[in-house]
Amino acid sequence: MFHSLGRYILLLRLSFRKPEKFSVYWAEIMREMVSQGIGSLGIICIISVFIGAVAAIQVAFQLISPLIPKEVVGSISRDSTILEFSPTISALVLSGRIGSSIASQIGTMRVTEQIDALEIMGVNAPGYLIAPKIIAGVSMIPLLVIISVILGLSGGYIACLVSRDVAPTDYIMGLKDGFNTVTVTVCAVKATVFGFIITSVCSYFGFYTSGGALEVGQSATKGVVFSCIWILFADLVISSLLL
Amino acid sequence: MIEVQEIYKTFGKNEVLRGISATFKPGKNNLIIGSSGSGKTTLLKCIVGLHEPTSGDVLYDSVNFTKMHFEGRVPIRKQIGMLFQNSALFDSMTVEQNIIFPLNLFTDMSNSEKHDRADFCLKRVNLEGKNKLYPAELSGGMKKRVGIARAISMQPKYLFVDEPNSGLDPKTAILIDELISEITEEYQTTTVIVTHDMNSVMGIGDHVIFLHNGEKWWEGSNHQIAHTDNKELNSFVFASKFMQAAREKL
Repeated sequence: MFHSLGRYILLLRLSFRKPEKFSVYWAEIMREMVSQGIGSLGIICIISVFIGAVAAIQVAFQLISPLIPKEVVGSISRDSTILEFSPTISALVLSGRIGSSIASQIGTMRVTEQIDALEIMGVNAPGYLIAPKIIAGVSMIPLLVIISVILGLSGGYIACLVSRDVAPTDYIMGLKDGFNTVTVTVCAVKATVFGFIITSVCSYFGFYTSGGALEVGQSATKGVVFSCIWILFADLVISSLLL
Repeated sequence: MIEVQEIYKTFGKNEVLRGISATFKPGKNNLIIGSSGSGKTTLLKCIVGLHEPTSGDVLYDSVNFTKMHFEGRVPIRKQIGMLFQNSALFDSMTVEQNIIFPLNLFTDMSNSEKHDRADFCLKRVNLEGKNKLYPAELSGGMKKRVGIARAISMQPKYLFVDEPNSGLDPKTAILIDELISEITEEYQTTTVIVTHDMNSVMGIGDHVIFLHNGEKWWEGSNHQIAHTDNKELNSFVFASKFMQAAREKL
């Protein structure tokens, strides 16, 4: 375990060496941003609306009581969506969407000697392949999470409109009531850290792939599993430190 | 000129290379031959720095490459061109983008200069007009030729070739051999070719090194191979009945 951790840290250090030519790296960063950001927008939109709707319905189901004001459903849905559902569930889904793609892409390059070809040319392969993915991840995943929060809360509103368990006006009032900006800060920190974990962990497993097609698949699976575990661990640490 | 001095390489307890020394001169086709598992590719990877030797040195024009760190090796690596066994073309790039990739990173050439250079390299390997194709659209022989075009795009001083004929039909294999040989002579590159193809050995082997069980077992030219009394080399070279019959006619 310590051997792997050491290799992971050394790989990150190599990844952030001075680039050979900034313009080439900048083009790679832009390409990765489009791939990770625009490429994941569809799945994020779908899961966010459903998660927000389900959260509102379940909170309403548990809190139906004459003693509890209906606005509470909006408040609890808002805080759960901002603090947990949007960043964490989005990150777990993105680790499957982005992480497996990164691990298999880099892994395939490794087993087909494309990484060796880069190194022979004098290119810092981790810098060229991994750094743009990490930079794109820590910038695009927070943006996706912000979109997820907005769509999640909209999903809750739609659920209220359809189910009539809670009046939409009560839900909106609940969203505004007692809003604490710290929740947004925690959400942003989580999204950035999760973005780093997904891209760096999956790059690590891809970069150290050896063998053939079977091993590339195994690297992608390991990358997704380990990044999911680290996301949940980081979620716990950030929540306990910042809340 | 490349000098290899007493190279040892072990993987765990497995000693793959045992004290190999050799000198590879410019303008010559230097071939490393040997049966599977004899350490040919490992030696090549030690020479280009993809593997670090357990002990020993590799000198490029008297500069000790083995003792250098990553940054120190970059100026030498810019002078290296390499053709890999499976060509190792970048899948996501077109043929032209593959060729101009090192030019983008290491030169200040303008776009038109880079495109001209790509056209020149493609013409040199008889692939004019294939600029916009992707590697997936090319045959095995064409991939090898694009690999050579990419290898010569930076006008290398040292050219390394790993199993150039694997997976190719005999006619295409001869074309690739001739192309490598022509480039070596034209640019006076120090060319090191790893192969177990006897057609290559007999056709272009100016300087041949035979590895056996990780040791340098024999060294000479392709003309000397047919008359050697080295038992292991004979059993490798004349393994086929065709080669045995050819030897009897010599």
